[in-house]
Amino acid sequence: MPGARHSILRTLPTSASRLAKHAWPPVLFFVVVVSAWEWAARAGFLDPMVLPAPGEIAANVVDGLSSGLYIINLQVTLMQAISGFLIACALGVAMGSLTTLSERLSRALQPIVLALEATPKIALAPLIIVWFGYGMGSKVALSAVIGFFPVFISTVSGLRSVDPGRMDVLRALGARRWQIFKMVALPGALPHIFAGINIAVVLALLGTIVGEFMGAKEGLGTLILYANGNLDTARVFSILLVLAATGLTLHALVDFTRARLLFWDDADTAIPTGPGT
Amino acid sequence: MRPKLLGYPPDGGRSSAAAETGLAAASPVSPAIAVRGLAKVYQTNAGDTVHAVSHMDFDVDAKEFVSIVGPSGCGKTTVLRILAGLVGGYSGSVSIGGRVVHGPTPEIGVVFQDANLMPWRTVLANVMLPGEVLRLSRNECRERALALLKLVGLEGFENKLPRELSGGMRQRAAIARALVHNPKILLMDEPFGALDAMTRDTMNLELARIAVESGKTVFLITHSISEAVFLSDRVLVMSSRPGRIIETIRVRNQRPRGLDVIATPRFSEMVLHIRHLLEGEGAPASTVTLAH
Repeated sequence: MPGARHSILRTLPTSASRLAKHAWPPVLFFVVVVSAWEWAARAGFLDPMVLPAPGEIAANVVDGLSSGLYIINLQVTLMQAISGFLIACALGVAMGSLTTLSERLSRALQPIVLALEATPKIALAPLIIVWFGYGMGSKVALSAVIGFFPVFISTVSGLRSVDPGRMDVLRALGARRWQIFKMVALPGALPHIFAGINIAVVLALLGTIVGEFMGAKEGLGTLILYANGNLDTARVFSILLVLAATGLTLHALVDFTRARLLFWDDADTAIPTGPGT
Repeated sequence: MRPKLLGYPPDGGRSSAAAETGLAAASPVSPAIAVRGLAKVYQTNAGDTVHAVSHMDFDVDAKEFVSIVGPSGCGKTTVLRILAGLVGGYSGSVSIGGRVVHGPTPEIGVVFQDANLMPWRTVLANVMLPGEVLRLSRNECRERALALLKLVGLEGFENKLPRELSGGMRQRAAIARALVHNPKILLMDEPFGALDAMTRDTMNLELARIAVESGKTVFLITHSISEAVFLSDRVLVMSSRPGRIIETIRVRNQRPRGLDVIATPRFSEMVLHIRHLLEGEGAPASTVTLAH
């Protein structure tokens, strides 16, 4: 038996055993806090309008999902957020690339970009409602505006930090500027760009929710406002849980795409060349 | 290698005498590279002017192997970058194959100090990169790339990523890449400087073979005097500040040479002679490496 246990331990991947070792503190913390919370709520120490019991929130999540209410509204919110996110990525990479290709354009745009970057983009929400109305357009636009800057700035910084040695290889062949851009600069900038994209994906969701707060007929943001108005705090919490799960899923999707595109950049999984490593 | 180099020839002068009979493969037609009155002045940020290179004249004949040795900062790399068309703003003229050039030309392949492979491309795709830049036929380029990978000893590594290769293998891939568009001239800027001594010896033997087999004109920059003497038909010795050629040494042994050449007294004499030249120029001893 001890032999069997030993072999199982040895066949376990180190990452899995490490995970098991590091997983228990957060799990323990979660269980303790939720139990205390549940107990306090049942004992009547907590006003359910301020902090409803975890059990009640969980029931609300199940109810909202099974009735289809959350699904329908999540689809609307997700559609708007992803549209805005994709526009932010496309515009951010395109504008960032144009800016670095032309030194003059870069200098011309710099003050505007700096001013806009310092502006809290949420403050543009009322203006965007005026421009795009109360429909889907304003939510997409707000998501795109908020998501644009991290992508734009990471694209510019990525393209500015091109490895000069790799560039020399192309220059020595008499490569044109766009060839250098396509074959060296852009692929080399992708790790930077993905850092920006990872921020943009959550900001796009934020933009959509704020847009829905400003006025909308459907979407999870609208649902939160309704629930809040009805003093249904359990529902507010349960929608927040759905939004958190959505944000995490979007992050995971970006990470998945990153791993696919940047298979060459993962320093952690670099193939060991020598024996015994 | 070091003790052999400094001392006692094992078989007297016999091998060197035999090697002396071989003639350097230089042809008298128009030179592959002709440099006339080359000078380059840099302005530093502090406003000082630095004469990186001044009044350089030299030719490199077709299929000739010429090295430049000199202390750090003597302007060797500047000369190479000017030849490669990567540095402008110089005075004097540079002709490649009889034509004055002012920028990069596909007649040249360059191997840099670092392999500078694109980490997102496989070894084969990296070697094929010049073909894409110059828009050569994809199939021909692929065939040439595969043949060159064989020549540099990377057969079977075509589909690996650069990070899966050792430093020496990456530099071999860089050499294959520099040759894929079939340039007449190969410029090399301390290509093995970052490698360990053992790998470097191997790479020098390989380079000696590749240079002869591919029939290219090679212009090599190196810190290592013995490397230069071992590989070259001629060695240009440079001094620093201002960078200029102080002597040209002709090595008459037939190329490619085996490592046994290093043990001959003639070889040690040449190495010592160059070393004294560089020391006479006030080069710090540390920059003049003997066996590398």
